[in-house]
Amino acid sequence: MLFQDVVFWVLAIVAIGAALGVVVIRDLFRSALLLALVFIAVAGFFVLMSAEFLAVVQVLIYVGAISILFIFAVMLTSDVRRGNLPNRLQIPAVVLPALLLAAMVVTAVSTDWRLIPDSQQERVGLVQTQSVNVLSDSALEQAGVSSPEEMQEIQQAGIADLLISDFVLPFEVASVLLLAALIGALALARGREGT
Amino acid sequence: MNCQLAADNILFENALYRVIYDAVGSFLPCWLAYVAAGLAIMLILVNAVLLGAALVTWFERRLLGRFHNRIGPNRWGPFGLLQPIADLAKLMTKEDLIPAGADKITFSLVPLVMMAPLLLMTAVIPFSKNTALANLNVGVLFILAIGSLTTVAIFMAGWSSNNRYALFGAARAVAVLISYEVPVVISLLGVVMVAGSMSLANIVQAQAIPFLLVQPLALLIFLTGMSAELNRTPFDVAEAESEIIAGYHIEYSGIKFALIFAAETGAMLVVAATIATLFLSGWVGPFAEYIGWFWFLLKTLLVLFVFVWIRATYPRLRVDQIMALSWKFLLPLSLINLAATTLEVFFLRDSAGTLATIDLWIMAGINIPLALGCIFLFGNLVPENAKVLSVRPTTVVVPAVATVEVR
Amino acid sequence: MSLESMLIVAAILFCIGLYGALARSNVIAVLMSIELMFNGVNLTFVALSRYVVPQAIQDNIASVLTGQVFAVFIITVAAAEIALGLGIVFAMYRSTETVNLTEAAQLRY
Repeated sequence: MLFQDVVFWVLAIVAIGAALGVVVIRDLFRSALLLALVFIAVAGFFVLMSAEFLAVVQVLIYVGAISILFIFAVMLTSDVRRGNLPNRLQIPAVVLPALLLAAMVVTAVSTDWRLIPDSQQERVGLVQTQSVNVLSDSALEQAGVSSPEEMQEIQQAGIADLLISDFVLPFEVASVLLLAALIGALALARGREGT
Repeated sequence: MNCQLAADNILFENALYRVIYDAVGSFLPCWLAYVAAGLAIMLILVNAVLLGAALVTWFERRLLGRFHNRIGPNRWGPFGLLQPIADLAKLMTKEDLIPAGADKITFSLVPLVMMAPLLLMTAVIPFSKNTALANLNVGVLFILAIGSLTTVAIFMAGWSSNNRYALFGAARAVAVLISYEVPVVISLLGVVMVAGSMSLANIVQAQAIPFLLVQPLALLIFLTGMSAELNRTPFDVAEAESEIIAGYHIEYSGIKFALIFAAETGAMLVVAATIATLFLSGWVGPFAEYIGWFWFLLKTLLVLFVFVWIRATYPRLRVDQIMALSWKFLLPLSLINLAATTLEVFFLRDSAGTLATIDLWIMAGINIPLALGCIFLFGNLVPENAKVLSVRPTTVVVPAVATVEVR
Repeated sequence: MSLESMLIVAAILFCIGLYGALARSNVIAVLMSIELMFNGVNLTFVALSRYVVPQAIQDNIASVLTGQVFAVFIITVAAAEIALGLGIVFAMYRSTETVNLTEAAQLRY
């Protein structure tokens, strides 16, 4: 556990420091790079919480696509030299997030979370690892999972199954949303000359 | 001390790791053995990649020499084998320049950001039975995701150099990378569907016959797309010497340039290894239990040879031709491949969802004619490939001998 | 590392994003801040699904992955949102020659 704690604190410092850099630094190109760093740190958090599939998706989409889009946008709009200017709303812009942060921290600490008990922790960890790592039968036996039904249940659990069973409607709607975004982006980028 | 790895540990299945772990664990406390074995594996991998990159440069230069009907580097060491070392010594003794107007931090970070994804990619490639450092269930996706990090590094290099040519090179490189990412991902979906898994180890096991035969179209698209993403010669607009000097790494010199260059050749090596794993059945071969690494190296070398062959054969495309190739040729082909593979898998699989060897042969029988037909059809449909620029002789005749103007 | 510390980190990320979205005048910076907020939310989802008992754990052990599924949807929506958002930024830049929010105020009059 010690090792995980060290990794957690390093990631937390990197993520928060880089996030502060994104909103404070005036050079927009650097803040776009720091944003990529935040995304990578969040992917690290996902790995730490055994959500490896999500970590890979995060790197693929956020770092590989979204931060590239941001860098392109920074490059193509020549306002870069003027940089990331603050506007006139400084005081409310500090007060509101600070209040919200205080409320969220109080909620997070004071709520009596129904945590997963230690006896279940092993199984949950296995399911979430299984969604990314290939576990053989012998590996499962060594972790204390003995009955074949349970073994099968753990080996079959995965995000893909949930996506096309319980969440199939949002899944389809997301594809429609992506199509709409595709067409919308094309229409915006083409401008008015083409029509 | 008897140390036991936990079963859900990601390194549990790695034969190489466990050998080192057991050896170190006999005289060290367990947590230290865990760290030490991990560091040892990393040391092996990093050195293998860097040494491999050095050898790839030698291999490429030597082979290019043969293609050009000359000898290639042959002075230093047997067959010029020590040439990369000499190059490295030269680069390390050179001055390490940072241009005056450059963004110094970003500029200096670029070699690291280029090198890191490369080393991460090697972690999931199985060199032999049970030797992938991490047998991830999303291995293919991992390789694609980590590979896309290079884009950020190229942009950093282009922007921070404060040089027009570097910025042009970076913009071109990123345009190429983004365009070719789409067909590459879609082509790999076919492979994943036939194998029924994204783990590279499982894909190797699923190749009763190499996927080269089952997915010829996917191999073509992946090879082309990866040549483009690596900025290899028919697609090297990003560092085209005759157009924009050296592209995004124009301002780099000394050890930084050496690292960037090593990252580029190393990426070629890793991509060749990936292709060998995905399409040429990886470490599988006669006596694969003992000499799997030999087959793996042989297949990787074969793919590297193809890369160099392509480089020596084709002239550079224009930027618009590269885009047209991606969007008008490779993308439709990859979609056709995806649809065909989906239908084949849907009809041929048994109730458990697996494919027998005979099914793979049937798929090969369907896919190879399909690939040839599609390439022929789309090759004729895309006008950029067929149209020859007609050059009319100009009316102004240039005199062959310099004439002296008489006043 | 515990649920609380993870939630607090997520909350800090979210609030930094909120500050950036409110206090910056460059559109691209505002969009970046919105991405930070998305990441905070994602982190919360995954942390809760990792540590807190879901209602349906007795029926199906796979339901511990529900939070991750939500995060996948959020990433999808964020990708679509950012593509469109930057498209609008470019359209705005073409017509008004600025990406500064305080200057692009014709709609006020």
